[in-house]
Amino acid sequence: MQVTRRQFFRICAAGVGSSSLAALGFAPGEALAEVRTFKLAQATETRNTCPYCSVGCGLLMYSLGDKSKNTETAIFHIEGDPDHPVNRGTLCPKGAALVDFVRSPNRLKHPEYRAPGSKEWKRISWDDAFDRIARLLKDDRDKNFIATNDKGETVNRWLTTGVLAASAASNETGYVTHKVVRSMGILGFDNQARV
Amino acid sequence: MALQSLDIKARSATTTPPPRARDPIHVAKLIDISKCIGCKACQVACMEWNDLRDEVGTNAGTYDNPRDLTAQSWTVMRFSEVEVEQGRLEWLIRKDGCMHCEDPGCLKACPAPGAIVQSVNGIVDFHQEHCIGCGYCITGCPFDIPRLSKKDSKVYKCTLCSDRVAVGMEPACIKTCPTGALVFGTKGDMIRHAEGRIADLKERGYANAALYNPEGVGGTHVMYVLQHGDKPELYANLPKDPHISPLVSLWKGIAKPLMSLGIGLAVFAGFFHFVTAGPKEVEEEEKAD
Repeated sequence: MQVTRRQFFRICAAGVGSSSLAALGFAPGEALAEVRTFKLAQATETRNTCPYCSVGCGLLMYSLGDKSKNTETAIFHIEGDPDHPVNRGTLCPKGAALVDFVRSPNRLKHPEYRAPGSKEWKRISWDDAFDRIARLLKDDRDKNFIATNDKGETVNRWLTTGVLAASAASNETGYVTHKVVRSMGILGFDNQARV
Repeated sequence: MALQSLDIKARSATTTPPPRARDPIHVAKLIDISKCIGCKACQVACMEWNDLRDEVGTNAGTYDNPRDLTAQSWTVMRFSEVEVEQGRLEWLIRKDGCMHCEDPGCLKACPAPGAIVQSVNGIVDFHQEHCIGCGYCITGCPFDIPRLSKKDSKVYKCTLCSDRVAVGMEPACIKTCPTGALVFGTKGDMIRHAEGRIADLKERGYANAALYNPEGVGGTHVMYVLQHGDKPELYANLPKDPHISPLVSLWKGIAKPLMSLGIGLAVFAGFFHFVTAGPKEVEEEEKAD
């Protein structure tokens, strides 16, 4: 297309003129706007308990997808459970940051074993872990169990092994854990919830 | 019917009036400084909800972390150690962030259509897809809140969780607050709640306890209960009487209309000259160009 000098000036003038008209308000934008879409609308909601301290706050965990067969779920948001009597929806800064704890590359996801003197942690199966714990418990209890004291009174103590339980357990789990540990004679028994 | 979840009250650099028939409830966040323990759960919940992560900062000698608001940290606890009177040290902790002014200086200063939007319920929201990164909102804000992101040259600040409020939920910071220092509800309810707190504080010896809801910006949708309401500057320089910078009204109120008038006059003069004098005759030798 051939454009003479004068035609070029005319095109430029028309362009400046029309954009100026828009600037004067003859072509205003519509006074509409939309907010960011609510990201939890159809996410899967799961209840849980905060793993940190003894307060035991209730959590709502939101994960990707609706649990249909072809979806790999992933937790992307955690907030307090408003129906939980302990925290009624609130969370402290550690609890509020739980989604990064869940997705941390350093999170422990399976049993690991470090042999005495070794620097290496080795992954083992749950079966191996349970077998090893049971074996060591049995050996230690057989060797060190105290059935009676000096005066001949029955005491049934086992003082060489201790148990530390987790805080995120329910009342029912706590009751059963207590019964199992005490019935074996263990006195050194504490809960991470007290820390 | 507008396809939007919140009714619009004002939109930056836009002259078309928004739909005005409906009047939804006006919301507000109340920050009771006397109840805040500075745990920063609100900072964490804000980042978590809004999918932001700030860099791990360095210690500057105070508990402020990060040291200032950033494009990734829309709220920051500001810790002030103040000797309110001889021998009486107080640790005043103020949650800083957008105040959601009824008369927002950022929106007035913004030249990009639709980059800043005020909802009828009181939320002032930034829409980054329309933001041109000029930073005029930072000049326009009486509280120095918006922050320009180095990543994408767009400005970010607290949205009052407009996406949560739009579906009837409370903002993330309010929900997480373990001490109940943050409260959310209608603006009227929040003023009533504050009155109860102020009466309580006055009984406890804080004679000047007051609500911070500054008139200079038409009132705010984020309000403070201050123990020392007569001296808001004690709380990390909270302005006593905030006003929109006169530069904004000079530019938008005087310079911009003058410019529009100038352009209009030039167009009119050109058209008038064309009608009266007609187009310039083209010389024969020039036609060959």
